[in-house]
Amino acid sequence: MLNCRQATELMSQEQDRGLALSERIGLRLHLWICAGCTNYRRQMAVLRAACRRLGGRDSR
Amino acid sequence: MEFDRQSELNALRPDLLRFARLQLRDAGAAEDAVQDTMLAALTGGHAFESRSSYKTWLIAILRNKIIDIIRGQSREVAASSLAEDDAGDDLLAESLFDRRGHWQPETRPGRWADPEASFEQQQFWAVFEACLDYLPAKTARVFMMREFLGFETDEICKETGISSSNCWVVLHRARMGLRACLDTKWFAGAGT
Repeated sequence: MLNCRQATELMSQEQDRGLALSERIGLRLHLWICAGCTNYRRQMAVLRAACRRLGGRDSR
Repeated sequence: MEFDRQSELNALRPDLLRFARLQLRDAGAAEDAVQDTMLAALTGGHAFESRSSYKTWLIAILRNKIIDIIRGQSREVAASSLAEDDAGDDLLAESLFDRRGHWQPETRPGRWADPEASFEQQQFWAVFEACLDYLPAKTARVFMMREFLGFETDEICKETGISSSNCWVVLHRARMGLRACLDTKWFAGAGT
């Protein structure tokens, strides 16, 4: 079972590479039971959206 | 009707400069990149429907200038200098997680209230930029290459001479640091 520290690593890497099936399953199981990491994952998406916006690559 | 491009360009100059400074961390190089961009902007381009499409176009030019500059100098960002950034970043992870790798009760991420609304506030962007500036220089460089310049990680590896696994580690630390900074300086207490 992943711990939170490992989960945050995968949540970063999923933005940079395709995760292996086993990694995806492990992460999904962890997120199922961990509210902190679920919030963290949403926040990773916010960071990316903010960078896009600031860099003028926002498609909207 | 076309807006006044010259005055628009002057108005956008501080934004362009900030964007370049964040990524180059060198006031002189940033100034040069913006100067080149403004020259290119004055001599090229087509009609723009709006200020925002004009700004997007300018940033695209600037991004290319920055990429050129980084390509010219990025061998300096060798694995060894990235290692200098490591100590401080590890401290952050140590403070966030307990021995078993779970969030400490006080560091467990809470909800961020309405990020889209934050995006509309100028103050948010000042905090965001300050948090980017707060990242160790080399870490920030790799992060910006990925998120602002749109490099894929294998390109970052090629340009900086670090391995892909090292690249993922650096990006992870950058995101973790940036998240922690925004959480403390902006979102703290707002949504939890």
